[in-house]
Amino acid sequence: MPKPVLLFGYGNLSRGDDALGPLLLEYVESHCSLDMIEILSDFQLQIEHALDLENRRLVLFVDASVACIDAFDFTELEPARDKSYTTHAMSPAAVLDVYQSIQKQTPPPSFLLSIKAEKFELGDGLSANTETNLAKACAFAERLLSNPDLDFWLKQTEQA
Amino acid sequence: MYEHLETAENQGNLKRVAVDPVSRVEGHGKVTLLLDADNKVQQARLHIVEFRGFERFIQGRPYWELPVLVQRLCGICPVSHHLVAGKAIDQLVGVDPENLPVTADKLRRLVHFGQVMQSHALHFFHLSSPDLLFGFESDISKRSVVAVLAEYPDIGLQGVKLRKYGQEVIRMVCGKRIHGTGAIAGGMNKSLSKAERDYLLEDIDQMIEWSAGSVALIKKVHCSNLPYYDEFATIRTNYMGLTKPDGALELYHGGLRAKNANGETIMDHIDYCKYNDYIHEEVRSWTYMKFPYLLSLGQEQGWYRVGPLARVNNCDYIDTPLAEAARIEFKAHSGEAMVHSTLAFHWARLIEVLHCAESIKQLLHDPDIMGQDLVAQGEKRYEGIGVIEAPRGTLFHHYQVDENDIVTKANLIVSTTSNNMAMNESVRQVAAEYLSGRELTEPLLNNLEVAIRAYDPCLSCATHAVGKMPLQLELVDAEGKLIDKLVKHSDGQIEREDA
Repeated sequence: MPKPVLLFGYGNLSRGDDALGPLLLEYVESHCSLDMIEILSDFQLQIEHALDLENRRLVLFVDASVACIDAFDFTELEPARDKSYTTHAMSPAAVLDVYQSIQKQTPPPSFLLSIKAEKFELGDGLSANTETNLAKACAFAERLLSNPDLDFWLKQTEQA
Repeated sequence: MYEHLETAENQGNLKRVAVDPVSRVEGHGKVTLLLDADNKVQQARLHIVEFRGFERFIQGRPYWELPVLVQRLCGICPVSHHLVAGKAIDQLVGVDPENLPVTADKLRRLVHFGQVMQSHALHFFHLSSPDLLFGFESDISKRSVVAVLAEYPDIGLQGVKLRKYGQEVIRMVCGKRIHGTGAIAGGMNKSLSKAERDYLLEDIDQMIEWSAGSVALIKKVHCSNLPYYDEFATIRTNYMGLTKPDGALELYHGGLRAKNANGETIMDHIDYCKYNDYIHEEVRSWTYMKFPYLLSLGQEQGWYRVGPLARVNNCDYIDTPLAEAARIEFKAHSGEAMVHSTLAFHWARLIEVLHCAESIKQLLHDPDIMGQDLVAQGEKRYEGIGVIEAPRGTLFHHYQVDENDIVTKANLIVSTTSNNMAMNESVRQVAAEYLSGRELTEPLLNNLEVAIRAYDPCLSCATHAVGKMPLQLELVDAEGKLIDKLVKHSDGQIEREDA
């Protein structure tokens, strides 16, 4: 059986702030107990990642986002038939929708931790502001993952 | 051909239409059309705006980092960059392809078949099947893989699972789906265990069956409207790629072969380490992307296509039975020595998926695949060149290192660059044949995207930030005034903004 909590960070370590998702995973690997948590990473989300959601109790996606207003944003996800299907990279909501289509059941409770990002040039490191955003998001993720409880996570969406 | 539409005269009197970026392809591309007062296309160009910095990214690094590092060039085909870097640094440690341990060679081939299979499956089932199954001008809400899953659930699910299987091949051989360290200088760093071999064997017959089904599907789709499929975005070109010494289809290692539009051989069995003697790249002022061409034919006549269509056209046969039968049917349908239909890229792509599935099964049953002799050694050299057939076509990596093993010079020719001229030609063909004089609508402009998408271009690599993929369509009059604007947001919503 897979571990009950899936932490899925995505992005490219060599493209500036796009590294935020994978870097948060590195923090979790070295600071959190992984007894209940499986960590997966990829450059981008794709259709087959729907199969990684099977038999999970909670799913947390982590991504860089230029749309964030604060350092990070934490939201509950619903399956959505958005047009991220039309690119090589899908949104997490679209992955949930693929899960629903192929499994014929509601996907596990899933959340998105978006970390504010600015620059994505090949070969660049994190920008200065983004370092701070990452530190705040890591502390938040640590608190979430040490309380892998749906009600607790839902409360955090109201406070984030 | 449509070269006359590359640069228009009297550009100041023309309206400008921009589709930016092209969706369903990687990175940022932009199509610009200049129209005259009668909405006739006077100029059409595909701009690729982010294709730079690869060489700078590699220079200054120790060579042994490269197989892992270059995976980050592309989130779509990282394994292709990984393997071609492995081939190039083999030479830096004095190991030529024929001296690579048999097991290492077969493990690299295995992971490459997995990579090509999953990449092609993604392209067909996810990116192209909505257009092909529902029609190029169908409602945009239908042009998605979820619509395919809803109306063709078996086909949609097979696409997801074929993709997943290819990823599992990569994971078993390299240890991870991404950032794996399978290929190292002179060989591989991990053998395949019996448990891993048996795990992959469990589903391979199903994968072959589904792959064969996908070939039958694309043949049916293509032949159900043959005149249209054979004409849409079609251009008569040269073709280039690797083949085995006996002329068979080859994806991992072989000699360079090029044929012209009539199927006549331009060059054959060329050692790719001498690619500079045969291929040059031209720079044009309006795009960052170069235009490669065969030196013997010159800039005007020497451009060529690479990728599945080129490979299936160029080879004499395919050495797996089901794919070979499919190739024979494919070649026969056109009645010509070469199949020139741009939409036939899809058909050729699925023949390759079938070939990959059959080849994976053969390799998994080969006792060498679980061997333990993984690394060869030789004497240091200062230059290494690797070439591979990536999913989208021939991929070149060329490195020079100094006495401290630091890369001092790198040159990459990626597949999409080789198809640059061809994609521009297909855009011009579609623009000239399908858009001129007509009202510009989203479904109509999707025809342009369909033409580009057939090549499965990877316009940039691996960045995907939320909110960064809008699609804009602007109409500007002869005075440069914006008179209409459609915006397709990253969530797929389309709105007309006030001009």
